[in-house]
Amino acid sequence: MEAEKVYVKALVREQKPVGTQIFSLLLEEKSIASMAKPGQFLSVYCRDQSRLLPRPISICEADPDAGTLRLVYRIAGEGTREFAGLRSGDTVQVLGPLGNGFPLQEAEGKKVFLIGGGIGIPPMVELARRLPGEKQIIAGYRDEVFLTKELSENGELFIATEDGSTGTKGTVLDCIRENGLHADVIYACGPTPMLRALKEYAAQEGIPCWLSLEQRMACGIGACLACVCKSVEKDEHSQVHNKRICAEGPVFEAGQICL
Amino acid sequence: MKERNTTKQVRTEVEIAGVTLKNPVVTASGTFGSGMEYGDLTDLSQLGAVVTKGVANVPWAGNDVPRIAETPSGMMNAIGLQNPGIDTFIRRDLAFLEKVDTRVIVNVCGRSVEDYCEVVERLSDEKRVDLLEINISCPNVKEGGIAFGQDPKCAMEVTQAVKRAAKVPVIMKLSPNVTDIAEMARAVEAGGADAVSLINTLTGMKIDIHRRTFALANKTGGVSGPAIRPIAVRMVYQAAHAVKIPVIGMGGITCAEDALEFLMAGASAVAVGTAHFHDPLASVKTARGIAEFMEAEGVTDIRELIGCVE
Ligand SMILES: Cc1cc2nc3c(=O)[nH]c(=O)nc-3n(C[C@H](O)[C@H](O)[C@H](O)COP(=O)(O)OP(=O)(O)OC[C@H]3O[C@@H](n4cnc5c(N)ncnc54)[C@H](O)[C@@H]3O)c2cc1C
Ligand SMILES: Cc1cc2nc3c(=O)[nH]c(=O)nc-3n(C[C@H](O)[C@H](O)[C@H](O)COP(=O)(O)O)c2cc1C
Ligand code: FES
Repeated sequence: MEAEKVYVKALVREQKPVGTQIFSLLLEEKSIASMAKPGQFLSVYCRDQSRLLPRPISICEADPDAGTLRLVYRIAGEGTREFAGLRSGDTVQVLGPLGNGFPLQEAEGKKVFLIGGGIGIPPMVELARRLPGEKQIIAGYRDEVFLTKELSENGELFIATEDGSTGTKGTVLDCIRENGLHADVIYACGPTPMLRALKEYAAQEGIPCWLSLEQRMACGIGACLACVCKSVEKDEHSQVHNKRICAEGPVFEAGQICL
Repeated sequence: MKERNTTKQVRTEVEIAGVTLKNPVVTASGTFGSGMEYGDLTDLSQLGAVVTKGVANVPWAGNDVPRIAETPSGMMNAIGLQNPGIDTFIRRDLAFLEKVDTRVIVNVCGRSVEDYCEVVERLSDEKRVDLLEINISCPNVKEGGIAFGQDPKCAMEVTQAVKRAAKVPVIMKLSPNVTDIAEMARAVEAGGADAVSLINTLTGMKIDIHRRTFALANKTGGVSGPAIRPIAVRMVYQAAHAVKIPVIGMGGITCAEDALEFLMAGASAVAVGTAHFHDPLASVKTARGIAEFMEAEGVTDIRELIGCVE
């Protein structure tokens, strides 16, 4: 049986800033690049042994032909600060690809919204690339925008900023309304308040909505039960109203989970 | 993975209450599921035993999130013993372990003596279970929530009750959140325990100063990982000197060198836990590393090392 995930040292091909405190890390890792699906993530391990838990980071781009993966991350603490110090030629320990990813087949023949908020924007790049049909990408930022080139190359891009410096002033939903946009299905990743608002919007519109969630993780593979979210139905694995974000998720149908 | 075809024969088998483990390295309960999730990353047959996540008589939902936090060289968890209950465990997890060539130690949790006994009875006809490990760090609801393992009388009573119900040898897993670990070890030995394991996690607290709240929803959580290792080695040494039954040592083991400290302090076997979160192969590498150490040091039988530091 072919492995579904691997624990390997990946080679750093390039590291560059793409915004204030936001970095793009290009890794060479053929097997993960060939397996990866949009919405999946990697566990990235620190070299400093005093930080023993892996940092979950979404796959922003995966190129099976080149055997490369791109991660885009914000410095949020010591672990991501360590990653920002990686240079071309270094290696970094990773485990992946992890999680389920976005269900691409749900978009077939439909008009889609791809919605990213803040550091939830990176996974939308590979998703936009792999979804064939008509898609509108709505990206919400605080102020500074990033990854706009990659996004606009793969769909029609609309931008919202909290301070109004680019695009709509306000949230992604303000942006959708301001531009009179409509879709048949939503894929989204971002902060919980945004996901909550989208869940409500999708319910009102009566359209399916797939949300990528975040939680603290230890094992990243479904063994430790650290990363759960509340589910509406009793979960088959846990036998309680809990789903593992790293295993059953990180992408869930909005109606299945409590936010 | 390094192949060693020039291996000199070293004897790594150890015996826990009449059950032979092919090597002294097992997984620590709760960090490895039932091995299923790690199965495509590691070769489970290279382990002395798989110790499963704690299972109760009925499904437990566990605590709210956040359930974990990283701490310096360690972590804190308050999973709240979420588990699918004994029925699902037998149908799914034990069935999976049927195909794995290693020993199976089932970890049991409960909120009352009756809870523990119910699980033990349900397991009594399951041939795949080699040993039971009873987690007595669970709060005893009848005694106002103090853990069974924090009171020698309670600990002895659980041991006696479980022993009456069990058909396989019983390992009592001690809580380190006590003043005198030797007293606790003696209490469960007096209750009829076939072995003891320690340490479970040390209760800790972490505060998120920016959010001005607790890092964990549960407020407190159990600290594990390398940060607790010296405390664990000391407690294992004390327990090993207090009782005649075998001791399984754990707490912050990441590699063979760490494991050897526990063996030399008197543990007959060791468990690798939190280290799996940094390296999913940690337990398998530890087992291999112990054999390599023995070869390098000219030790032919692991029993020469167990308790060699008096
Ligand atoms: C599925 C998933 C995908 C993610 N994708 C990205 C991404 O593409 N880009 C990006 O910048 N960030 C992403 N994150 C968030 C990222 O994991 C955290 O920012 C990172 O772990 C912070 O580590 P640190 O050491 O810098 O921060 P610290 O705060 O020092 O970390 C301490 C501990 O908390 C954990 N932690 C802190 N913040 C988070 C968080 N938001 N989510 C989960 N664990 C956290 C860390 O992993 C570590 O164990 C993702 C999170 C998840 C769960
Ligand atoms: C996430 C997590 C879950 C745990 N769950 C259990 C459990 O269900 N039953 C139990 O007896 N111990 C449980 N433990 C304790 C470990 O088995 C072990 O005793 C402790 O973590 C110390 O070892 P370590 O430092 O190698 O992890 C858990 C520990 C962690 C980190
Ligand atoms: S992080 Fe361990 S179960 Fe999800």
